[in-house]
Amino acid sequence: MAAIKVAKTGNEAMAEAMRQINPDVVAAYPITPATEVVQIFSQFVADGAVDTEFIAVESEHSAMSATMGAAAAGSRAMTVTSSQGLALMYEMLYIAAALRLPIVLPEVNRALSAPINIHCDHSDTMGARDAGWIQIFSENSQEAYDNILQAMKISEHPDILLPSMVTTDGFIISHCMETMFFLDDATVKNYVGPYKPHASLLNLAEPHSLGALDLQDYYFEHRMQLAEAMRRAKDRIVEVGLDFGRRFGRSYGLFETYRMEDAEVAMILLGSTAGTTKMVVDVLRREGRKVGLIKLRVFRPFPFAELAREFGRVKAVAVMDRSDGLTSFGGPLFDHVRSTLYDLERRPKTVNYIYGLGGRDITLEDLRSIFVRLQDIAAGGPIDPLITYQGVRA
Amino acid sequence: MANIKKLAENPELLSGGHRLCSGCGAGIVARQTLLAAGDRPVVVANATGCLEVSTTIFPYTAWRVNWFHSAFENAAASASGIEAAVRAQRKSGRLKEDVKVIAFGGDGGTYDIGFQSLSGAMERGHNLLYICYNNEAYMNTGIQRSSATPRGAHTTTAPTGKICPGKIQSRKDLTACLVAHDIPYAAQAVVGEWNDFVTKVQKALATSGPTFINILQPCMLGWGFPSAQTVALGQLAVETCIWPIYEVEKGVYRLTKRPKQKKPVAEWLKTQDRFKHLFGPENAGLLEAIQKDVDLRWEKLLALCGEKAAI
Repeated sequence: MAAIKVAKTGNEAMAEAMRQINPDVVAAYPITPATEVVQIFSQFVADGAVDTEFIAVESEHSAMSATMGAAAAGSRAMTVTSSQGLALMYEMLYIAAALRLPIVLPEVNRALSAPINIHCDHSDTMGARDAGWIQIFSENSQEAYDNILQAMKISEHPDILLPSMVTTDGFIISHCMETMFFLDDATVKNYVGPYKPHASLLNLAEPHSLGALDLQDYYFEHRMQLAEAMRRAKDRIVEVGLDFGRRFGRSYGLFETYRMEDAEVAMILLGSTAGTTKMVVDVLRREGRKVGLIKLRVFRPFPFAELAREFGRVKAVAVMDRSDGLTSFGGPLFDHVRSTLYDLERRPKTVNYIYGLGGRDITLEDLRSIFVRLQDIAAGGPIDPLITYQGVRA
Repeated sequence: MANIKKLAENPELLSGGHRLCSGCGAGIVARQTLLAAGDRPVVVANATGCLEVSTTIFPYTAWRVNWFHSAFENAAASASGIEAAVRAQRKSGRLKEDVKVIAFGGDGGTYDIGFQSLSGAMERGHNLLYICYNNEAYMNTGIQRSSATPRGAHTTTAPTGKICPGKIQSRKDLTACLVAHDIPYAAQAVVGEWNDFVTKVQKALATSGPTFINILQPCMLGWGFPSAQTVALGQLAVETCIWPIYEVEKGVYRLTKRPKQKKPVAEWLKTQDRFKHLFGPENAGLLEAIQKDVDLRWEKLLALCGEKAAI
């Protein structure tokens, strides 16, 4: 196994993972900021660097539909998208999951319209959070690459058979060049292994119908099977993450804790903001402040029980949402974390920050001030406001 | 031309016991398609619609071939993906057989909500046959208008009323749209002219690349006629020239049946409840306009097919 040191953007890293996976079929439609992945992959096809049948479809709805058709026909199939593209796929996302098609979708997080905006927030991915897809967030290009490879092993496992989306943050990761390591082609090929489909429309010896009408007598059981698969996925994600570490030196779990051992206050968030926050944590730690970070990697399945264990000693938590659920009660991560904490004997106080919508920067100073406020709350200070829109102009 | 004795030896790949209405033409379309395929291996992609819901009520299926359904508007995109899988797996040696993909969609799934996906698949040149079983309205949801619904027809979303004689607009000429995609084979067919249809299916399946057949499928429920009349109605559509049957092979038009004597369109309209209001005195003008429209389109088609003009 050779680790190849490179300087790559998130999009380049995701495209490279796709080249090394060498899927049978890719059907994709360009959309900013994921366009580059489609372009780079198209060039791989044009240069004969992959064996993939590439379908340059006429919409994301067709991208997902064609990917599903290929997957149902026993092929390893992938597509790539972002934002409005994911929104256009919305109908098909639910069906891909329920038909148990193990598609892996690199997704670049971008704000949903309107107003139209091409920059990062998580509203696109959060919009698909109940579709039955495994959702894995990445902090940087290295994680994006590693997560795509792992997603293959998670999704395709016979006990799981659920699709996965692996996300990066638009522009912040997708277009930012960083030092990272690729695995060599043979290692990736060996790691993902040959595709063994659970069933195939091209198995002529055993014809079957996929996508039948389920009425009152079967629908519920099939949805239950889907829910159980998502529950099982949690263990599989942990197993794959540990195995990845044993093989390649980078381990992954459902979330990453950063200086949480004796933390009195903590932040929980998703994606690229973790990098900035770690730096702020380090600075505050040097000042003697007991602050920590939980970087949630897997949003679906949501690790409720596992997270609860981390918060037992914490006095105050800021839940950082890079999307707004417009519920009038904070963002989606806030809902989940509050629910996670409910059964704890000693519950930390929680506040919600909605930040970074449409690519608005969150600064070191922003993050620092949030930690300082958490310390005040931990010391009995007021919680009002419960929900803060961080960095928005009055 | 297909030989019925030979055809009868082919396996029945759409079993009985499905739940389509008695006299439904969609079942005839599917059954004859699979009979026409014979021992050529096929896989079916089905749009949401009558054919899909009635043939695959879990845990049953009427299909003895591999069959796939995911949504309403995407049969052509699903078929594109399956066809790409065929190519990929043949290239890698995992698949030996030359499997052909057949997509079925109703006029809702084809003319309207699935139009973009169909156009995309045709332009990309996938090796597949798309069959539109066209019953001229959204029958599965209860007879709502589509862009295939002919002028003057009553549907539940373009109903006849005190001030409205049913659908105001003429239908879209989808077959012409498909011909404009420069695909190697496009055809119109009708339930009731079985040999014509089976021959067209066989031709399409033998053609490499995207092919399309638009088959008019009488719907007893939506059109309002006795269920024993499905075949006769299809034939009458051809005889009145309201639905001519023809094919376009590499851009060359050919009429596959020219009625000996063109019958007035009123003879066809009067067989169906959806048109009965047209025979009231207040709609005489509309009736005349419909006939004129049929005449005009028929003349145009004759010219395209290099046929002698009607008198």
